[in-house]
Amino acid sequence: MTRPGALRIQGLHKIYKDVRAVDGLDLEVAVGECFGLLGPNGAGKTTTIEICEGLTAPDSGVVEVLGLSWGPNRDALRRRIGVSLQETQFSEKLTVEETLGLFRSFYDSGPSVDQLMQQVQLVDKRKGRVGQLSGGQRQRLALAVALVGNPELLFLDEPTTGLDPQSRRQLWDLIAGLRSEGRTVILTTHYMEEAERLCDRVAIVDRGRIIAEGTPRELISRLGAEQVIEVSMDGDGNATRAAATIGGVAGVLDTRVEGGILSLRVERLHQSLPGLLEALARARLQIGELRTHAPTLEDVFVSLTGRHLRDE
Amino acid sequence: MSNPFNRPGLRALIGVRFREFFREPEAVFWVYVFPILLATGLGIAFRSQPADRLPVGWALWTGSRAELLSALETDSSFKVARFEDSAAAAAALRNGQVALLVIPESDGVRFRLDDTRPEAAAGRLQVDDALQRAAGRTATIETSDEIVRERGSRYIDFLLPGLLAMNLMGSGIWGSGFAIVDARKKKLLKRLAATPMSRADYLASFLLAQLVLLVLEVGTILIFGVLAFGVPVRGSLVTVAVVCAVGSLAFGGLGLLAAARPRTIEGASGIMNFIMLPMWVLSGVFFSASRFPEAIQPLIRALPLTALVDALRAIMLEGAGLVAVGGQLTVLSAWLVVGFGVALKVFRWQ
Repeated sequence: MTRPGALRIQGLHKIYKDVRAVDGLDLEVAVGECFGLLGPNGAGKTTTIEICEGLTAPDSGVVEVLGLSWGPNRDALRRRIGVSLQETQFSEKLTVEETLGLFRSFYDSGPSVDQLMQQVQLVDKRKGRVGQLSGGQRQRLALAVALVGNPELLFLDEPTTGLDPQSRRQLWDLIAGLRSEGRTVILTTHYMEEAERLCDRVAIVDRGRIIAEGTPRELISRLGAEQVIEVSMDGDGNATRAAATIGGVAGVLDTRVEGGILSLRVERLHQSLPGLLEALARARLQIGELRTHAPTLEDVFVSLTGRHLRDE
Repeated sequence: MSNPFNRPGLRALIGVRFREFFREPEAVFWVYVFPILLATGLGIAFRSQPADRLPVGWALWTGSRAELLSALETDSSFKVARFEDSAAAAAALRNGQVALLVIPESDGVRFRLDDTRPEAAAGRLQVDDALQRAAGRTATIETSDEIVRERGSRYIDFLLPGLLAMNLMGSGIWGSGFAIVDARKKKLLKRLAATPMSRADYLASFLLAQLVLLVLEVGTILIFGVLAFGVPVRGSLVTVAVVCAVGSLAFGGLGLLAAARPRTIEGASGIMNFIMLPMWVLSGVFFSASRFPEAIQPLIRALPLTALVDALRAIMLEGAGLVAVGGQLTVLSAWLVVGFGVALKVFRWQ
């Protein structure tokens, strides 16, 4: 057998009442990887990650964390992993330092409270009550709490949800730093940019299953498209009419209409753009705005599910 | 639990309990200030003092026996109200303004009173005696009074151990309950469950922190009772401490049990009130529990608050020792073991 990976999941199922939260999910994460579970809200990411953290029992399926299963190795595993849950609120009456001290006390070894505060840049908030922290500071505190036991494997559930762009970038730098320390990081997110920036590999989760898996580059290149053209029209009706008139345009792989926007995946921009503009002009359709961009994981998700990944 | 002094997790959890408690001004008020206000109010209302002057009505409409009236009016035991009008007199008698009405007649006096009122029946004898003396009766034997007001038999002496026990129940049950449900709502319990923290340590931290806070709580109430009202503490302070500690732990266990499952503060409040309400009524805090029917006495004795109230009264008022309150201690210990054990078993961490 090869060296055990950081995480192995096979045939995972979990049903809440009548909702199939996780519906036959398989996954492997190697040691030292930063792995992202990407999907819309309610896709089953949190349920999956909480099963991996030993907080939720699966209905069926195999879960091996660091080569061990949860049942008999509960205590050993809890010492070796670090966890940041979605939306944990720490006690508002305690200070940053006291909160870290409390969690640090549960582990035999690990960094000091001072080192942790330094690492997540909360030293000047040392005596500040948790209730007074900003959203970004709370998320950094949650990250520091996940690090108190010097974990080999970190589970971060939506580590930047609800943060402003600046706080988000600050957390990205911290998480990238953890990965370069040799830790395995498994995170969930519904921000494409986050997955592309941080993750070595991502799995796209939808309705409790993984519908695509690979490096962000691979997934995007699997689209076969080099560019995406988006044309905003005056309403879905016009966009649909436009879609019908551009059948002859060269190099178009796929067309899609949503929210008054006609979007085309094309092989080469210079090959398809002139024909597109000509066709639209011929049909006397007014163009509101025209944008092109290199395809992202968002486009991958849209092409796989026909839906957008964004926040509800 | 191996060496309790070498458990950094438990120590840190207890430290957090103290900080959370003292940083919550409302909690400090209910545990320390409220019982003192309550005891002061009740102590003033039921303070021992010479019997009030008995209010007596005197009817003027039937003819006058001025010498008897002035005899009553000069007697410091009575406060005499004169009535010209029989309707006004009847109203005063009905609403308790006067305990009885004296109606002078040509050949003597008539008393009008409601004999189901204790002060009316006793007052009748008193007034009758005063009137007979005024009319010239002499005592056939000489009597004299020796007033004894013993500490320990006043209402405040009865009440204070009850208030102390009730306060221990309140702080034990509310104290841990709300903090736990709040942590569950914030997903903090779930986060703690993801660490190697001992789950028994988490629950035990509430009980152990409570034991330390207890010293202040019991001390405040006892010192107040002794200094302000001269309530006796006849048994040893060690015995009081042991009984308070076991009692407080028993209620702490019940608090953990009440908070073991509910996800909302409202749900937990309902359970806690459900646990405490019967004890407020039945356990004899404000009046003796022996007033309830014999048939339900065994049930009442099995309640933890009854056990604590009875034990504290026995120690403070009668000077009982640990052995004498062994029965109550057993009841309290049983509640502690059952409460903590079941709470740990059924506790919802998510």
